Amino acid sequence: MTERKISSQGIAVAAVLGIFYTILAVFTWYLSSSLLSKNNSFPSLLPMIVSGIFIGAFAGYCKNRFLDENRVKLYTVAIGLLIGFIWLLLYSFKPLGGESITAKDILGAMIVFPIAGLFIMNSLKDIPLWSISKGHVELMTIRILKAFGIFMFTLIVVFPFFFMLATSLKPRAEYLMDPSNLSVNLFQHPAKLFNGYTEVLIRFGFLRFIMNSVIVSVLTVIITLIPSILGAYAVTRLHFPGRNLLSRLILLIYMFPAIVLVIPLYSVFTQLGLRDTRHGLLLVYAAMTIPVALYTLRSYFLTLPADLEEAGLIDGLSRLGVIIRITIPLAMPAIAAIGLFVFMIAWNEFLFAYMFLDTPAIFTLARGMVMLDDQEVPRQFLMSGAVIITVPIMVLFVKFQKLLVGGLTAGGVKG
Amino acid sequence: MAAQEARLAIWMLLPALLIVASVILFPVVTNFWISFKSIGLGDLRPPVAVIRERVVQAPIKIGDELVITYQVRNSSRERDLSDVVITAKIPEGLQIVALDDIWTLEDRLLQTKFKRWEGGLSQTFELRFIAESKYFDKGIDSRTPTSASIASSSRNALIYSPFTLDNFRKVVQSRNFSRSLVNSFVYPFMGALLSIIMGIMAALLLNKKFRGQGFLRGLFLFPYVSPIIAATFVWVFFLDPFSGTVNALLVNTGLIKAPIPFLNARMTELSILGLSIPFPLALSMVIFFDAWRYFPFAFLFILSRLQAIPVHLYESADVDGAGYFKKFWYITLPQITSVLGTIFLLRFMWTFNKFDDVFLLTGGAAGTKTLPVEVYDNAFGRGDIGAGAATAVLLFLMLGVFMLIYFRLLKEVDND
Repeated sequence: MTERKISSQGIAVAAVLGIFYTILAVFTWYLSSSLLSKNNSFPSLLPMIVSGIFIGAFAGYCKNRFLDENRVKLYTVAIGLLIGFIWLLLYSFKPLGGESITAKDILGAMIVFPIAGLFIMNSLKDIPLWSISKGHVELMTIRILKAFGIFMFTLIVVFPFFFMLATSLKPRAEYLMDPSNLSVNLFQHPAKLFNGYTEVLIRFGFLRFIMNSVIVSVLTVIITLIPSILGAYAVTRLHFPGRNLLSRLILLIYMFPAIVLVIPLYSVFTQLGLRDTRHGLLLVYAAMTIPVALYTLRSYFLTLPADLEEAGLIDGLSRLGVIIRITIPLAMPAIAAIGLFVFMIAWNEFLFAYMFLDTPAIFTLARGMVMLDDQEVPRQFLMSGAVIITVPIMVLFVKFQKLLVGGLTAGGVKG
Repeated sequence: MAAQEARLAIWMLLPALLIVASVILFPVVTNFWISFKSIGLGDLRPPVAVIRERVVQAPIKIGDELVITYQVRNSSRERDLSDVVITAKIPEGLQIVALDDIWTLEDRLLQTKFKRWEGGLSQTFELRFIAESKYFDKGIDSRTPTSASIASSSRNALIYSPFTLDNFRKVVQSRNFSRSLVNSFVYPFMGALLSIIMGIMAALLLNKKFRGQGFLRGLFLFPYVSPIIAATFVWVFFLDPFSGTVNALLVNTGLIKAPIPFLNARMTELSILGLSIPFPLALSMVIFFDAWRYFPFAFLFILSRLQAIPVHLYESADVDGAGYFKKFWYITLPQITSVLGTIFLLRFMWTFNKFDDVFLLTGGAAGTKTLPVEVYDNAFGRGDIGAGAATAVLLFLMLGVFMLIYFRLLKEVDND
């Protein structure tokens, strides 16, 4: 065991880390507490920096002094609590311009600073503070960047969905009083809390739109999968002239923009009387998804051994029998993934639903949402509608994530 | 045997081909066709002849005169009708006084024919009758005693209207066209670029295993799978200058003094180091929205590519004492460039085609109009189907060039 000297350099580095993580932790607390409760004043920067230096330097000192990592962690959490306590004390003396202290402030101070301490310890892991090299500085920089990156990404990904959910539960007047306060009183009467949902589901007919969307999406899956399975089988297992050209062509068609199809389909479907009908919409959805379904299935079929199918043929099964008894069971994971994608595409589709459907009785959810986008309708209802259309997709996605992620990277679903 | 197999293949491919041909290939061809024709939204409903029968003078007692007028007009202002036939049934108890020679009367059936009826033409015919006793006995509808009807035929505008290049001239010369064209390149280019940069960052963050990595990976995909209509409405709402949370938060923290109309202002002044630079605000927000929504696509591909990079490359770099940034620059980046190229092209093309995002966020206002929105505006906003189709044709041709590049690149990747 080499002699460890208390290195002032190491402690300075730890202090810098301390400043960063403390600001990050305080900012996170500030943001979440101002979204979850009434107007908060943003803490000034100087006390944050000072607290950060204290926690960081102390953590650095402990790390130098003691071998046992857990013990160091414990001490760091303790100093975090202490700093939090001092922070509160100073607040109550009001040198920092604070107002009266609430339970929330106490909770915040007691959570934020110990957590900042833990983060500091985490990013000091495997770094010998008594002899810091250039590589170590780089490693710590990377750790800071990663923490910051994960914070930012989580924030921008989660915020819109959180916002949607929160505003769907808040009456308009309450929201407009302070738009920066997205807290929801969950302990009010459920009828009041879910008022937006009951209005949208019953008064605006979203119950029916949900059913319509389910019908359209499920039927689209069926109408897409059957021709795609047959086609993919033909392209991979049967020999015919122009086979490779056809595969390329399918991929090409997949690139065709929907907006180019809108005018002719609108014109022709209007004249044929197909426009404002469910089967017209189904036909369009199937045509839009068949190319990618066929192409992805083709890629999957190519990885399946043909021996089993040939054995089936020799045993006297017909081609159709082979497909039903052998190919489809073998390709089930791919078929399920593609089916789910097609379902999601049909569920989310906006352009054709918007252009084709005029009769509320056959509106899909996406089309029904447009109805809510009106000056007369409170935004709360619009957000309730948004939650209603989003939640089923999210549930499906979370439940079948593994299956879908594999399929996404294999096929590259257009979006 | 081979011929039989080929026949079977055709049968199996037939359903897919039929659907794709009728709903994708045929419409694309039709779109080209329409782009050479001057057709409005109203022309989709065929024009018809309309007749209105009116009693001008009603009889009170036997021997009185009944005067009726037929007002006949074309429902379309521009397009002609052909074979217009007016038919009226004269009930018993009415005696015709005088008849123009355009009418033929046969067995109480009054008829006249016109070979051609011009668009916008409206004409009134007058008929006089003497009422007899039977007229009052029978319950004859006193408002339309002769129950006149009309038949006509018209030629389908989609098929028969003459070819013209007017649509293209109109589109190219329109005031917004150059703006839309520029946007149509800036928006996909910046959108693809930003989504890829964010994708690389996210992939680097989640490349190493740590607690919560799987959860975050799922979370990061949320923007991509959420319905576009929900995502855009939420963004419009929280970016709202008057009641948006983002503006409220920014004002509360003191970062800005007055709310920013993120999606409604074409330009804003950015002051950096005392210099004020004009900045296309709404367009940037739309681009940022796209980066937010589509970075998961790049993220997934880059992540799976990152995890396929052989570990020994990094190990030998470690031996050489290379740092993180060096390793990223000399090992990671070269390993993912080919996948970055493919993702960029795909994202560029898809965003180039994208209609929903811009339409739902800004409706193409505040300097965010792109070609797809222009297609919609021409065809359905102004009701000029022909001009819309012409815009779509231009868009399609440009896309063709990108596709050519993409497939050329794909071939190169395949050959490697």
